[in-house]
This record gives sequence, structure tokens and C-alpha cells, in this order.
Amino acid sequence: MESNQYLSMFIDESKEHLQALNDNLLELENSPSDLGIVQNIFRSAHTLKGMAATMGFEDLANLTHEMENVLDLVRNNKLSMNENIFDMLFKSLDALDAMVNDIVEGGSGKLDVQHIVAGLKAIVSGDSAAPASSAAKQASSAPILSGGLDQYQLSIVEQSLQSGFQVFVIRVRLREDCVLKAARAYMVFDALERNGEIAKSEPSVQDIEQEKFDREFTVYYITKLDGQSVEHMIQDISEIDSVTLQQIHADALAQMRDRTSYAKDSQPGSDAKREAARTASGANGQAGAQGGSHAKQQSGSRTIRVDIERLDTLMNLFSELLIDRVRLEQLASELHKQELTETVEHMSRVSSDLQNIVLKLRMMPVETVFNRFPRMVRDLAKSLNKKVELIVTGAETELDRTVIDEISDPLVHLLRNALDHGLEDTPGRIAAGKPETGNLYLRAYQSGNHVFIEIEDDGRGINRDKVLNKAIERGIVKSEDADRLSDHDVFQLLFASGFSTAEVVSDISGRGVGLDVVRSKIASLGGAVSVESVLGQGTKFTVQLPLTLSIITAMLIRLGSEKYAIPISSIVETTLITKEDIRNVQGMSMIRFRDNIIPLVNLAQVLEVPDHSLDDSGEMNVVIVHKGEKLAALLTDEFIGQQEIVLKTLGDYLNRLFAISGATILGDGQVALILDTNALIK
Amino acid sequence: MGAELKLVVFSLGNEEYGVEVDKVQTIERMMPLTRVPKTPVFVKGVINLRGVVVPVIDLRERFGLTAGEYTDNTRIIIVRQQSIEVGMIVDSANDVVDVDEDQIEAPPEVVGGIRAKYLRGIAKLEDRLLVLFNLQEVLNKDEIIQLEQLGE
Repeated sequence: MESNQYLSMFIDESKEHLQALNDNLLELENSPSDLGIVQNIFRSAHTLKGMAATMGFEDLANLTHEMENVLDLVRNNKLSMNENIFDMLFKSLDALDAMVNDIVEGGSGKLDVQHIVAGLKAIVSGDSAAPASSAAKQASSAPILSGGLDQYQLSIVEQSLQSGFQVFVIRVRLREDCVLKAARAYMVFDALERNGEIAKSEPSVQDIEQEKFDREFTVYYITKLDGQSVEHMIQDISEIDSVTLQQIHADALAQMRDRTSYAKDSQPGSDAKREAARTASGANGQAGAQGGSHAKQQSGSRTIRVDIERLDTLMNLFSELLIDRVRLEQLASELHKQELTETVEHMSRVSSDLQNIVLKLRMMPVETVFNRFPRMVRDLAKSLNKKVELIVTGAETELDRTVIDEISDPLVHLLRNALDHGLEDTPGRIAAGKPETGNLYLRAYQSGNHVFIEIEDDGRGINRDKVLNKAIERGIVKSEDADRLSDHDVFQLLFASGFSTAEVVSDISGRGVGLDVVRSKIASLGGAVSVESVLGQGTKFTVQLPLTLSIITAMLIRLGSEKYAIPISSIVETTLITKEDIRNVQGMSMIRFRDNIIPLVNLAQVLEVPDHSLDDSGEMNVVIVHKGEKLAALLTDEFIGQQEIVLKTLGDYLNRLFAISGATILGDGQVALILDTNALIK
Repeated sequence: MGAELKLVVFSLGNEEYGVEVDKVQTIERMMPLTRVPKTPVFVKGVINLRGVVVPVIDLRERFGLTAGEYTDNTRIIIVRQQSIEVGMIVDSANDVVDVDEDQIEAPPEVVGGIRAKYLRGIAKLEDRLLVLFNLQEVLNKDEIIQLEQLGE
């Protein structure tokens, strides 16, 4: 198998399996006796092991192998889950995650996992109560018991046991240099059948006859002989590498019966059998490939994987089309030709539909970000010694992948804040008359052209006075203004830069660390964040995000001979003013807007537009823009109109520009710059 | 014999210069520029290069030479140095020549008013001299920032 070719597939699938492991393990923590979940975990670990071994990532394979051993004991009721085992398994997952990430970044996936492996081994060997020989053998080899008996075979085995027969699961491994595998296997079968009965073989007898197996096969054998003589009997046949025997007792059988019915309930057809066959054939290439199809079958959705780069290319091509569309619309309106106008209108409609689809292709469910939070909350709650339940809703809500890539850190920040500062510890909650376990809600939903993500806790809420005092102390607010501020204004101070520093946090009962960083990150995505809180009852942070970043609606304006685009999202309204409306307050031009006095910005002057003179004889066009709560009026020469524009970067050469966030290409092929109005509002 | 270098030859004033062919994306005629506010004077703006927005600098002004009129011969040479793509306005772009590495000598302190740090060397051909640019330095972003700060 050519490894490179399969690397990206390996990475994707490993990540899926790791996520599944994580999810299942968390679920298992809530219901530790549910062996069905253990089975799922085992399956993921096993597939991962097979894939890793195929791709030659030994450390990964080794670690999953040890995990498998522990899980195998658990699912066979030889070990019950406890905190130590959970922690060890979670640690293993973290290590696996690190290795996969290393592989993603082009590394070899090597990591020193000795201590974790040792820990897992200790768990396995610590279980001295396990039946005689099997524990030791299991620790050093992949499990034989794969639970692949159907109801009929189970009842045969059961009856045999009742009538005093011995039942063994035998795994036979042929030597590597064995040429006629089928013949050797036949000799084994022959020898066995002389002294007993084979209830089942994996792979099936037909497959073995046709040599469709990889040097290894497993049989369920019913006999009067004891284990040792069976082993000797098989080892007498030449070219046998190893024989592993495990005796089945009545209680193990009962378990197996449970599992069989579970397998039937949860999966169609012969999945369980195939799973077993894979276990038997070990970690070879075929197993890896099968693992892949298996995982996809389970998800059951009709999807294909597409390289993100192709989606970006599609997006770029579409943007060029959009530019041409605008151009055509212009031409059509100039030429006044009926047929042309109709065709262009039709094309516009089709391309709007196309735009919707292209944008949708780039959408991903927020789940991809959310699904790591349960684990994070669990760990954090543990380290803070708090009891927390995380309730996630709306994880299927979709966002542009560019936003998805960026939103994770701010959300982590807000969640940590809620856990650390929002929720009380257990004694605190009891004292406040609340249930011991704190609730942390993470909600996502779409509304109009925005997606909202809410993080709400039922903790102690924000103390208005403490926040205000701190803000006055830090010189963010003047003490004489303090009384006039609404609660909302006060809470918004938490996001002010310079408010939050590490030492503030410990003093303030509320929140603190780097919320200004959260705000600026979200603002850079074109979003906004706000907070509501009721003292003693809880706090809610709401993050508002745009659905997409690559195509936006903007207002085109003219300054002298230059055109600029202002994103509609930052515009409050457009209006007309005359010279008389302008007042001079402390050397600054201000105008009255509704009940506020807001600054008037002479855009052409700020942007140093050449050969521009302000004509203030008649009415002047102004655009009112906002930055959060703050408003400003921008003086322009002309409103050209509203348009869908495609965002383009200005490249690496021109970065850190003043008041310019990017560029777009207009219908006539000219480049227009997009204004970052936030830079114009002080 | 050293390795062969293929150079695009262009002119600024009376001097002829060369830039490696593999750094050159395309050569364009003069086209409409959109001014970008608050940038150094030599940044003339951005152009729409088949759907991609590319910044353009005037090479004369970049080196503090007297700014020339744009004529029919004026060209924009689009070059790429690592992740930076920039158009350079030159008086004219003439041809492509092969130069042997052995023919390239270290640059003198100043050539045609351009300081040595921007130059890679001088190629002596049979009947002409070619000044080779050090694109890395010419497109150095840190220097733009410094210039901007000086400007403020």
C-alpha cells in the first residue's frame, strides 16, 4: 500500500475515531456499567490500532493496543471501570490526539508513551482475580474472544457445556513461510474434528478453504479433551506458529449472549461477524480499509469528503462570476435592450441560487467545535472541584468554516470563565440554596443572517458595584458618570481593554481574564459579544456571528474620484445634513443624531483623497456607522448604492493598513477598498 | 562555467536592470490603479490582476529617483518573493537574456543612485551592463514600516 496516498484518509478517520472514543468515554463515565458503550469504545480503539499499524505508526498502535487490553477485560466483566481507569484512558486519548496532530503536521507520530503504557499494563495485571491463564495471555496478545457466535451456535455451546463438554476458543497462527495455508488449516480442522466438534470458525470454513485468510484463524471447539491435549494435538501439525487457547465457562457465555443480542439490535447484518473477522486477521492492510468503510456505514449519511482547497477554488471562481454579473447588470441597464435585460435578470437569479449553494458548501456544524467542550468542562470541573453539567443544544447549527476555525478560542475562554468565576463551588451553592450541580448551557442557533452562541451559567452572577469600582480605579469610567450607567453598560465594561488583568480576577467575584481579547477576536470575525447577568442567579454571554465572511453586502460611496465600500453590518443609517447642522464642540465637528451628539468625520480628509474639496453649500450625504454602542457620522460625496461584494485581501505586502480591511472588485473591473469603520470611531 | 541564469531585462532611466525569470509572474501594461490611503509615496495603489488584488510600487520612487511620466512603454512587472506578490512599475521591459553566474560581479556601493543593499550584483555582458536586484530587500516589509513611521 502506498502510504502517502492514504495519509489524509488516515488522519481524517483517526480524528473521527478519537472523537468517538472521547464521546463514548464521557458517556460511559455517566453510566459505567453499560457494556454496550464499552463495546463501541473497543471497536473504535481496535480500528484505530489497525489503521495505525498499517500506516506504520507504531507508538500509536502500541498505545491503542494496551487500551484495547484494558477495555477487553472491562467488556468481559473481568474488570469494572473506576476513576483510575477513566483517567488513564483519558490520558491515553490525549496522547493519541497529540500523536495524530504530530502526524498532521508532518511528524512521525512518535511520542514517549511509556508511562501511559505502563499505567495501562498495571491496570491489566492488577486484575489478579481474572481466570487463571487468560489474563496473562491477554495482556500480551490481542484478545481472542470476539463474541461472534449467533443464537444458534450459542445454544449449541450452551448445551454442550451443560452435558459436560469443554468449550475452547482456539486461535491458530500459521508460520509466515507457510505456503499451502489452506492445506494446513484443513489438517488442523481434521485433527480437531476427530476428537470433538467445531461450532464455528472465523473466517468461515469456505473462506479458509479458498485461502481467504491471513495466517490466522479462530475456532470455537467443543470436546471432551482438556486444554493441554488440544494444544499438543494442534502443535503436532507442522508449520504452526502458535496456538492460543481460552476456555469458555457458562458465565462468559451468558455475557456473550447479551452482547450478541446487542450487536443485533444496533447494527445491520453481519457487522459483528465482520468485526470478529477483523479481530482475527489482525492489524493488516485489509483491516484498515475495512475499518474505514465500517465507520462510514455507521454514520450512514450520504456524504463525500472534499478537499477544502477545492471549495476555496470554487468560491474564488464564483466570485469572479459575481463580478461579471454586476458588470452585466450595469451594461444591461445602460443599453435598455429588452432581451439582454431579461437574460441578465435570469442569470442574476441563477447566480443567486448558486451563491447560496456555494456558501452552504462551506458551512460546517458548530458541533465540530463544540464536541471537544464536554471533555474540557469535565477536566476543568474536576480540577476546580466543582460539580457541573454541560448542556449543549443546537450543535447542528452551521457556520462558515472560516468562522469555525477562529471561534474555538474565544468560546473556550468564555466557558472557562463561566466555570472558574461564574459557578460557585459546592459549599457555595448549598449556602445559596441551589442544587449542588451547577448548570452550564451552551446554545447555538441561527437568526436571520447571524448565528448566536450563548454561554449561560446559573452561578453567582456579576456584581455591578465591584465591576464599577474596578473600572473607576482603572480610570476607564469617571466616578461622576458611574451612577448614570445602566447595568448593561456596566457589564459591557468587562470587555474594555485594560479592565481585565490577572490580579483583578481574584478580587472580583465576577469574571475577568482577557475578555477584551475575546471581544476583539469576535469583532475581527465581524461579530459582537454581549453579557447579561442577574446577581445571584447567573450570567449569560451572547456571541453574535455573521453566517459567512467571504461575500458581504456593502454600501458603495464616492469620495472625489474614489470609491469605497462600507459593510452594511456596520451602518446604522444614511442621512442628509446641511452646514447648519454641524456644531463645533472643543474643536471637533459634531452633529445631532436622534438624541445624541455624535462626531462627524470628514472621510475624504482622513483618507487624504487627492484634489478633494468639500462642497458644503447644499445638503451633504452622511453615513452613520456604529462600533458597538458608539456612533459616528461619515461625510461622503455620494451614495452609489448597495451591492453584494466579494472580499479580497490586499496581500502580504500591504498589511496593517489604516481604516482599510480589504478590497473588492467592482463591476467595471476597478478595485474598491473596504473601509474598516471601527478604526474611525474613537 | 557557472549556472545559467535567465533574466528579464528592464530599464529605469538610463540603466538596465535584471530580475530572475522565475520570480516574474507576468508583465503587464500600465492599468488603472486604486490608491491606498496612508501608504508610502512609492506604493501607487492596487490593481485588479484577473480577479486578484495586487499592490503596485513605483520602482523609481522606491529608490528615491526622480519620478518619471508613465508612457506607452511603461510596464508593471508582477514579481513574487515567497508569500509577497507585488507589481513593480518600470520605464520599459525589453527582453530576456541568459547570463552565466561567472559573469556576475559584486555591486559597487551605489549604482544609478541605488544603494548596494538592494543589489545582487552586476552582470557584464558583451556590450551592456545589467544591474541585478536583490528582490528580498526591495520588497522588505520591515523597511516599509520604518518608512511609514518616518513619514508620520
